Amino acid sequence: MSHLLEVKDLEVKFALRFGDLTAIDGVSFTLDKRERLGIVGESGAGKSVTGFAIINLLSKPGYISAGKILFEGQELNQFSEEEIRKIRGNRISMIFQDPMMTLNPVLTISTQMVETVLAHHNMSKSDALDLALEKLKKVYIPSPEKRLDQYPHECSGGMRQRIVIAIALLTNPSLIIADEPSTALDVTIQAGIMDLLLELCETEDMGLILITHDLAVVSEVTEKIVVMYAGKIVEAGSTEAIIHDPKHPYTQGLIKALPGSLQPGSRLYQIPGMMPNLTSIPRGCAFHPRCTISDTICRKEAPPLISVSDHDRMVACHLVK
Amino acid sequence: MFAFIVRRIIQAIFVMLIISLVGFIIQHSIGDPVRDLVGERVTPAEREVIRDQLGLNDPFYTQYFRFVKKACRGDLGLSFFYKKPALEVIVSKAPATIELVIVTALILIVVSIPAGIYAAIYPKSWFSRIVMAASTVGVAIPVFLTAIALIYLFAVELNWLPSYGRGETVNLWGWESGFFTWDGLKHLILPSASLASIMLPLFIRLVRAEMMEVLETEYIKFAWAKGLHRERVWFVHAFKNTLLPVITVFGVQLGILFAFTILTETVFNWHGMGFMFLEAVERSDTSLLVAYLVVVGVIFVVVNTVVDIVYGFVNPMVRIAGTK
Amino acid sequence: MNAWNRFKSSYLLYSFKRDPLAILSFSVLSVLVVICILAPVLTPYNTYDTATFDIMDAETPPVWMEGGDESFILGTDIQGRDLLSTMIYGLRVSLLIGVGAVLLQSFIGILVGLFSGYFGGKLDSFLMRITDIQFSIPYLIVAIFTSAIFKLAFGVGRYAELAVPLLIVIIGVSHWPIYARTVRASVLGERNKEYVEAARVIGISRWQIMFRHVLPNTLTPVLVISTIQVAEAVMSEAALSFLGLGMPITKPSLGSLIRSGFEYIFSGSWWITFFPGILLVIFILVILLLGDWLRDVLNPKLYKG
Repeated sequence: MSHLLEVKDLEVKFALRFGDLTAIDGVSFTLDKRERLGIVGESGAGKSVTGFAIINLLSKPGYISAGKILFEGQELNQFSEEEIRKIRGNRISMIFQDPMMTLNPVLTISTQMVETVLAHHNMSKSDALDLALEKLKKVYIPSPEKRLDQYPHECSGGMRQRIVIAIALLTNPSLIIADEPSTALDVTIQAGIMDLLLELCETEDMGLILITHDLAVVSEVTEKIVVMYAGKIVEAGSTEAIIHDPKHPYTQGLIKALPGSLQPGSRLYQIPGMMPNLTSIPRGCAFHPRCTISDTICRKEAPPLISVSDHDRMVACHLVK
Repeated sequence: MFAFIVRRIIQAIFVMLIISLVGFIIQHSIGDPVRDLVGERVTPAEREVIRDQLGLNDPFYTQYFRFVKKACRGDLGLSFFYKKPALEVIVSKAPATIELVIVTALILIVVSIPAGIYAAIYPKSWFSRIVMAASTVGVAIPVFLTAIALIYLFAVELNWLPSYGRGETVNLWGWESGFFTWDGLKHLILPSASLASIMLPLFIRLVRAEMMEVLETEYIKFAWAKGLHRERVWFVHAFKNTLLPVITVFGVQLGILFAFTILTETVFNWHGMGFMFLEAVERSDTSLLVAYLVVVGVIFVVVNTVVDIVYGFVNPMVRIAGTK
Repeated sequence: MNAWNRFKSSYLLYSFKRDPLAILSFSVLSVLVVICILAPVLTPYNTYDTATFDIMDAETPPVWMEGGDESFILGTDIQGRDLLSTMIYGLRVSLLIGVGAVLLQSFIGILVGLFSGYFGGKLDSFLMRITDIQFSIPYLIVAIFTSAIFKLAFGVGRYAELAVPLLIVIIGVSHWPIYARTVRASVLGERNKEYVEAARVIGISRWQIMFRHVLPNTLTPVLVISTIQVAEAVMSEAALSFLGLGMPITKPSLGSLIRSGFEYIFSGSWWITFFPGILLVIFILVILLLGDWLRDVLNPKLYKG
């Protein structure tokens, strides 16, 4: 069965003055049509970089050093500039974190929407405007005609993010990559945006990759999860299975840290220590310094990602069978 | 928006008053209006009479207010040398300087914007490195040396361009213009190139720095993510944002260019306001000097204010009071 | 460790040794400064002594050209003075004025910045208003206007006599705002640090705190600026002299030499303008390069552009 998106052994490095730094070290996952995948981890884990790598939007000096990215059977990482440009914003759309920073402050909403359509399809400007209006309605923006002539700073945060989502929908993409789409928004608005994304995936027939550190959000929106730590996947499987029965110590720590999993009045749990930065990743298992059950072998050898039990579950831990 | 314009205008008036005060203090302490009026061969007794008549023995405030009132009416005193009202002398020299500044501004825009943008998009290219190195060295070369070097190269050695004067000018309702004859235009090239060389390094670096900053923003990244053609990303998305701060700086520098004409006009024997300033110093013509100070000060303030207001119109974040 | 040992093992010396441009600039600058100081000894002629030159020698070309004379290596200027000697004396005067002006500007600027930053409040607003207004006008323009006024006030003769101190005052007074701003920024940063609190608690007087505790800590940025300001001062002096508002032709600086030689490039005596011009540019360039390097090493955030 061919997947919509297949990432195989992806490696991303940053070419710095004193040598190359590995940001992503052998990441693989698949996504089928209409599937929703969550990439979870703390800041610095490499989740956003994975998202950018898919459409080759890595900021210099980042580059893909190994691996394959197959989208609808085609190898994206081998594409030329022009070929990948045709995919971006067209077959695969990306949504960024802070809608105030994502929209260009000196251009009107309509300009920013129409140009996306016209970059990929030959259409008249008025047809493009109609399409824009249609998508604005899909994201439940009130009085969309007025919005078109406005500038980003005239709209509220939640509205801006909806506009960004509308832009993402313009070309009926098969896949949306959402990088922390609700993190910069108020908690009350967050829920609305996530609900919207969920609904749109179903009605518009789209796959979703949701990149976030927020497990609560992931548990409500996605069907399967990939947990990343220091550039590697440490656990993968269906959302339900992982949330209810996390096997990797890191995932367990993340779940424990969710406020909802505690009794009222008890102390919030925190995984001790911090994610190592790229220049100082520990030998062996990258998580071992912070791990409650680490053993001698964890300090020496990096654990491979292997299947355990059932339901396509994979875990990278020496001590989990 | 309206409140913004009003505020800027009030600020401008305030600064102009300060300029007038400085000008008046200079006039008051160094100038000799008696001599300006009747020359030097008068007895001390006659001087006193004339001083009284001119109101020169009145208190400071009275004299200052009189000065401002006269200035508003266009009376900035009499030029000792030309025996004509100072403002009239300045106005007659103004077209030469204004045309010079216009051509200089054009050169600055046409050269620095493309060079800066290219150097920002391709920072490691040969062109960029040469341009940046040249602008570092360029800062060390005083403008008069550049002017002399240009004259030597193009006028003396190659004999392509004239080395002094304005050439043939056409008189349009009192405005002596060099724009309408080939000769006049040829004469404009070297002086404006020299004047531009003062600010070219600054502008190229500014455009490059702004563009580089803009290219790192999230909204540019998003523009790439949308799959837009790169020309569109560079020249529509990035360019407009780069331009905004550049406009402000440009406006300020434009006012300053007027003052820097003092340095270039003398090299090219260009009879504009800057040249007139130096002549006034040579001839101890205080009134003309003070008048020059006031006029250039006012030009500076007006240009700044206009640029600020234009910026307010161009930048949508200022133009439309957004909902916060 | 004593001061010399600390310097030897400092980061400053370390990065200096690794930067060929800095080493080159510093060497060239040192050579030029030494030549200036030893001018009376080194130069073939004393150009201030009118007895040593003869107008009949005027406009002699450099020695390697036709008509050149061995006793005038780089040729002579319009008054018959040996160009090489005159250039060296000219550089000497420019250097003197440059350093003097910087001492004056830094003195004024540091005091203004110190008082403004430390006392704050109305004094701060007032002083900063003045600083900002003067700062918005380019140094050179202020210098030109100031010298024009001085020239009118003193008259041409007295102005020429007092040229050196007057120029130091003019350039000092036009260029101080950058010092005020920089020092004030530093002082604002230092004011909130613990050692100031501690000093106050112990009961040390405000003046002592300002001058003996806070001021030394603001000197790093001052050092960086000063290098570049010397170059600015030399450029300003050259511009003023070129315009006839600076050193007179009897005691010329490089700017005055360039001015006097300018008309003669049309009749072919290009060297009178060319050699002083080259020397001026080299001198300013090495100071600027050194200043840039110093800024990058000591504090990259300062004084960009």
